[in-house]
Amino acid sequence: MSAVRDLVALLAGRQDPAALAPRAWDGVISVARAEALLGTLACRLAEAPLPPPVAALFADQRAAVAVAQAQALWEAEMARRALTSERLEFVLLKGTAYAAAGLSCSEGRQIGDLDILIPWHEVGRVENELLESGWEWVKSDPYDDAYYREHMHELPPMIHRSRDRMIDVHHTILPRTHRRTPDPLVLVSEAVATADGFTVLCPVDMVCHCAAHLLADGDLQGGLRNLWDFHCLTRDFAAADPDFWDRLAARADKHELGPEVARAARLAQALYGATLPAGWSQPRAADRLYVRRLLARDDWGRPTDFLLQQAFYIRSHWMRMPPVLLARHLWTKWRRNQ
Amino acid sequence: MRYGTRLAVGPVQFRIGSDWAAPIAALNRLYAGYPRDEDRPADATVRLFAARPWRRRLRPSVQIGGDFTVPDALPLPLSMGLLAAEMGMNLQVALGWRRHLLLHASAVAKDGRAAILSGESGSGKSTLAALLGEDGWRLMGDEFTLVDPASGDALAFPRAVSLKNAAIAEVAARVDPARLGPLLAGTPKGDIRHLIPRADAVAAMHDPVRPALLLFPRFGGEAAVEPMGEGEAFVRLTEASTNYVALGETGFAALLRLVRETPAFAVSYPDSATGMALVDRLWAEAAR
Repeated sequence: MSAVRDLVALLAGRQDPAALAPRAWDGVISVARAEALLGTLACRLAEAPLPPPVAALFADQRAAVAVAQAQALWEAEMARRALTSERLEFVLLKGTAYAAAGLSCSEGRQIGDLDILIPWHEVGRVENELLESGWEWVKSDPYDDAYYREHMHELPPMIHRSRDRMIDVHHTILPRTHRRTPDPLVLVSEAVATADGFTVLCPVDMVCHCAAHLLADGDLQGGLRNLWDFHCLTRDFAAADPDFWDRLAARADKHELGPEVARAARLAQALYGATLPAGWSQPRAADRLYVRRLLARDDWGRPTDFLLQQAFYIRSHWMRMPPVLLARHLWTKWRRNQ
Repeated sequence: MRYGTRLAVGPVQFRIGSDWAAPIAALNRLYAGYPRDEDRPADATVRLFAARPWRRRLRPSVQIGGDFTVPDALPLPLSMGLLAAEMGMNLQVALGWRRHLLLHASAVAKDGRAAILSGESGSGKSTLAALLGEDGWRLMGDEFTLVDPASGDALAFPRAVSLKNAAIAEVAARVDPARLGPLLAGTPKGDIRHLIPRADAVAAMHDPVRPALLLFPRFGGEAAVEPMGEGEAFVRLTEASTNYVALGETGFAALLRLVRETPAFAVSYPDSATGMALVDRLWAEAAR
């Protein structure tokens, strides 16, 4: 079996780690690193019998993730201190939200930038407060800046001057020009508090955002990690709420994300062995392409299947903006690179 | 990948793959005397590959990749494949290693205790360590020194020493030519030639040693020794560490213990002989 399939099977619990050939771990570790899943795998196999060098490496990863998550939560706390003095509230998104809420997908999860969601009408005030509290713009290219502000779902990225950490300020979860338009008012108004007083999306919205991030907002790079998030979130939420899948379907329709949520569920079933309720698992022909794209890595951790990757890249732009705008954007970018 | 090898330097097991045979053959020659465990899973993967398919044969140039890569890294001509491999290995350790506090420093040991030499490139830390390694010391490494947060001990990373420019002739005059790699002339870092550490240094590479002396050498100028306070040594070493921030409190505690328990000195020296004499003098004082 290829290393990427071994990785997926280990996460899903289908592959017995003790039965893996010692040298097969090379590829599993490289692919897991490339997919930002090494910490997740290390936590998943914390109790498993492993070759001693792998056990030692995984222990390192678990310790490293604990530090990185504390740092990510500290960054959220810094944003809270900057914004709450002006009574500005925000919702944590993605990795930091999962860690703040103590969800199982955060076990071992790498967390990149701090992602927050705020209501559209507060964008100007939030921006000012962050700039006054030590964040600054990463790049000051006028076209990019205007592009972000006119068409995107977030402000241009900012970085903190002394802590060197990035923050992405979202006012909705997909670009404004995207074919799908989730309802940001619902996202903010139904957000829920965590034990530590942060705010995160409610379960159905969190899953909708996860599916949108996985399937509607990019070319599926890092897709295995996002799909693992989706799998853990839906499994845990469904275990706590028998009506979860029905409520999820209704909410996904409201956000125009029905097809994405349904496809993410089928992919989680295909790769991670998710259990789906009746009616959720009719396969679609295109699912096979998505699986192939998600598994497009060789045993050295290199991306493979170049044409398929390009196809998904083009698809991501096609979904993000209407053709005329896309043409103008690509033209401007191309001319500037000449 | 088409060609590959596996080798262990200190605690790190590498898997190195390449589109060409030559860099792998050169590595295997340099590391022939190192212990090998073909079945040990790799901690880190390095890839040497052609940036474009035709660059395999047509003016072949080596792109450095692996588990960790740096964006915009320039490829090297195939004649410098060995340097590419070395840079790839360093990169994986610098960006990926989390078990120990990683100091960008050379180190030598004697009687179970270590002198750690930290400095930027050009400070002469590699050359001094290489020369001391031929002069009664055990060479622990010329590039990285690892500090175990649990015990406070220093651990060796004795990769093949990367001798640069004038240091090549200086060291070559003292060692068996069979211990030298090929001359890589005109690399982006100047002329480079690798030195295979002595067999006893390689055999002892897993033996931890207690740090006894922290030195901050500076090549050039009058011979001078200046005691350094804990605070300055701490700050300098945070800058010399690639994983201090990532280790969080563990890294802080390990570094604090190191500077509290180890006397530190800034050392200027006009030539290697003087530098070695100063190290020996400080060592004799520290050992008392």
